[in-house]
Amino acid sequence: MTSLTEITGKPAPEETQSCWSCGTMRAVHFCEACGKVQPPAPVDYFTFFALPRKLNFDVAALEKDFYELSRKLHPDLNARANSQEQEWTLQQSSLLNDAYRTLKDPIKRTQYLLQLEGVELEEQSKTATERARSTGEIKKQIVPPDLLEEVFELNMQLEELRMHKKMGEDDPALIEEIGRQKLELEEKQEALLHELKDRWNMWDGMIQREQNGQPVSEEERKQERDKMVDLLNRRNYIRNLVRDVSEVLESS
Amino acid sequence: MATDRIVGIDLGTTNSLVAFMQGESPVVIPGDDGLNLVPSVVALDEKNQPVIGNAARKYLTETPERAVYSIKRLMGRGIDDIQEELKFFPFRLAEDLQPGEVLRIKLGEKTFTPPEISALILRQLKRNAERFFGAPVTKAVITVPAYFNDAQRQATKDAGRIAGLEVLRLVNEPTAASLAYGLDKKQNGIIAVYDLGGGTFDVSILKLHDGIFEVIATNGDTHLGGDDIDNLLITIALDDTLGDLGLDLRHNDLRRNAEAVQAIRKAVIEAKIALSSQPSVKLDVELPGGKRYLREITREQFEQLIQPIIDRTVSPCKQALKDAGLKPEQIDEVVLVGGSTRIPKVRALVKELFHREPHIDLNPDEVVALGAAVQANILGGGSEATENMLLLDVTPLSLGIEVAGGVTDKIILRNSTIPASATQHYTTQIDGQANVAIHVLQGERELAKDCRSLARFDLKGIPAMAAGMARIEVKFLIDANGILHVSAREQRSGKESEIQVQPSYGLTDEQVEGMILDSFDSAEEDFRQRQLIEARNETATILAALDKGKKNPAWGHLTTDEKKKIAKMEKALAAVNGEDDYQAIRKAIDALNQGTTRLAELMMDSAVTSALKGKTMEEADMGEGPTAPHPMAKAEFE
Repeated sequence: MTSLTEITGKPAPEETQSCWSCGTMRAVHFCEACGKVQPPAPVDYFTFFALPRKLNFDVAALEKDFYELSRKLHPDLNARANSQEQEWTLQQSSLLNDAYRTLKDPIKRTQYLLQLEGVELEEQSKTATERARSTGEIKKQIVPPDLLEEVFELNMQLEELRMHKKMGEDDPALIEEIGRQKLELEEKQEALLHELKDRWNMWDGMIQREQNGQPVSEEERKQERDKMVDLLNRRNYIRNLVRDVSEVLESS
Repeated sequence: MATDRIVGIDLGTTNSLVAFMQGESPVVIPGDDGLNLVPSVVALDEKNQPVIGNAARKYLTETPERAVYSIKRLMGRGIDDIQEELKFFPFRLAEDLQPGEVLRIKLGEKTFTPPEISALILRQLKRNAERFFGAPVTKAVITVPAYFNDAQRQATKDAGRIAGLEVLRLVNEPTAASLAYGLDKKQNGIIAVYDLGGGTFDVSILKLHDGIFEVIATNGDTHLGGDDIDNLLITIALDDTLGDLGLDLRHNDLRRNAEAVQAIRKAVIEAKIALSSQPSVKLDVELPGGKRYLREITREQFEQLIQPIIDRTVSPCKQALKDAGLKPEQIDEVVLVGGSTRIPKVRALVKELFHREPHIDLNPDEVVALGAAVQANILGGGSEATENMLLLDVTPLSLGIEVAGGVTDKIILRNSTIPASATQHYTTQIDGQANVAIHVLQGERELAKDCRSLARFDLKGIPAMAAGMARIEVKFLIDANGILHVSAREQRSGKESEIQVQPSYGLTDEQVEGMILDSFDSAEEDFRQRQLIEARNETATILAALDKGKKNPAWGHLTTDEKKKIAKMEKALAAVNGEDDYQAIRKAIDALNQGTTRLAELMMDSAVTSALKGKTMEEADMGEGPTAPHPMAKAEFE
């Protein structure tokens, strides 16, 4: 059967200042003094890696930290510890893996930061859908207007290709044309990533100003967030489109 | 120290092995027949006692209804999953099997679940290790195909428990193989492991970095392997046979005649193996009624036949490369694992896929067990050889939850490093709702019905609240074995929610408990008993060999003094053999073995004497047994 651990009703582990084993100051994950794995503290991924909530950082250094922490936290290296410590190890190493997987990917990292900032990405698009439905407007976040014509054209061609396939016909010219458009879309996707990285710089600059004691208005924060949300939505749209096109091309 | 010895076990479809770390290198522990490979065959003898491995193989042809092979194909599967299997494998299911129930296989008149049959194989390996160490073995690392799902992994873990083994870790087979390779090549780079075994296919791509083995992507097919080639050849042979004999083709008794089918299976497996080194083979099978089935197969024909089967490995390889974000040129090394990679055509395919010559430095039958031994050593605290080595594996399949419209909402994507977790929040739809049902799925498809159902569970006892007010946090965690754990908490009230699980296929804890073969408490006592029985068997063997030796002309070449000494030791052994003192019997056996070394040497033909120098009486007598690394390879087929 699927293993099931009931950890129901237990309060979240308290954040303590000292190591449970040797009593010295504890780190988030393991004790610097005695090396013992600590009970997981409810921290976000940036804090877990001792990173500020900025979007630009050295991914190679993150990988190095990930490997080093793995050598401390992985269950394989704590297999002889008692069952309580093994439980903490399991929690800590899954947190480590989840954090690394999220932060190393530029898109996931941006989404995660926006979530920490209180943006509910899925919610946002749901609200946008409902608003669009009630006002009869075109849902801007979902179909980027500058792509509207192109997307319409592409969908027609994809439909045509599917029809040809059904009839068992071959249309190399059409396949070539769709392939060319796919390349263009991929270039756009790449360009959007660059644009997003420009926004990172703006965001990080803002956070830096804040750390230096200069006030940042909620209005400015919101603006920066909204720009990133918009870029993410556009990119997601194109990514899904590229995926659909690839599927059709691969099956023909 | 000896009781803490952790062994590495490769529980294979066709063969199983047990290995451990001897000093700084892993070694395979042979069985009492001297062979490293234990065929994954289980039979019941006339007294309904289980027989395992090479000893069980004769039952496949003599009393096929009392024997079973390739049980791994049924691990963690339900009756609906195995319709394809039933066409090709002589699995005899219990007649009273209900849909959704764990499978039960008939051996003679008894029935066994797949984990119980696997447990018998594991217990044999455990015993082999215990004989080797002279001490009980209770802890093991067991390998599983990387592409095994949660249910298949859980079933393997259950099998370990039933066999009286604490399974410290399930390790993915290709990853284990990479550990064995990585041990002597401390280097960095990207490697691909292509593992085509008896019943499963895996491909894994790893990044090696200063002792860290990080799996980047894995893919595979848990029902693709050498078995499929055998089944194809059997089908052809059966068609041929009926045709040659001019009998009614499809509905002839022969297809149901398990004995004849097993004789053909044996012959085609031998032919398949021979074709890896010979340009052609001749099939010659004796059929019931004194008729013979004769056929020549050339390698060219064979390669043509198996092309569709081996082509099925292409798309998993391409997908793994794609998931890893790598091009074939970026792979530094390719490693071959599994007996089926001995087929030249398979090697050619791998070369074409990864644009480089694959590595075959280690025995493809043994490399997984050796890697499991390395992992066992790491778990046990490591040694100089494994210092700094750490495996970071991934989950092969995405984990999802069924949401409205029967759609799968993926919450942990495939190729995520494990342990990995995801948290989901649930709420109630109507006022006062006390239960929420959750359906957990594994797989890549969009629709829930196309994914593998892992479990359905109900969150119960949610405190009465208005609709949408409850906030239940459910945490899904995949542990380092690739097995899912679920926990839940209602956040607003802080009240616990009871979780009730209905596993889709699998044994409950209570069921496993009831199946345990050797309980942990009596392990030590059982072991002593067994040790004693085995020592007495050994006594019988050596005394019989000595009797034979006395009739040999070589006996006459011994001096009177030598003969006297031998007689004295013989008497001493006979005397202690009746007592319950294992150490005394062991000592007497060893003494007699030592004392008869010269006799054993003299008995050998002078041409082989030099090669056998130092052999004991016992070994000299056993020298006639099979010695080929593959149990099938030795038989010539003409």
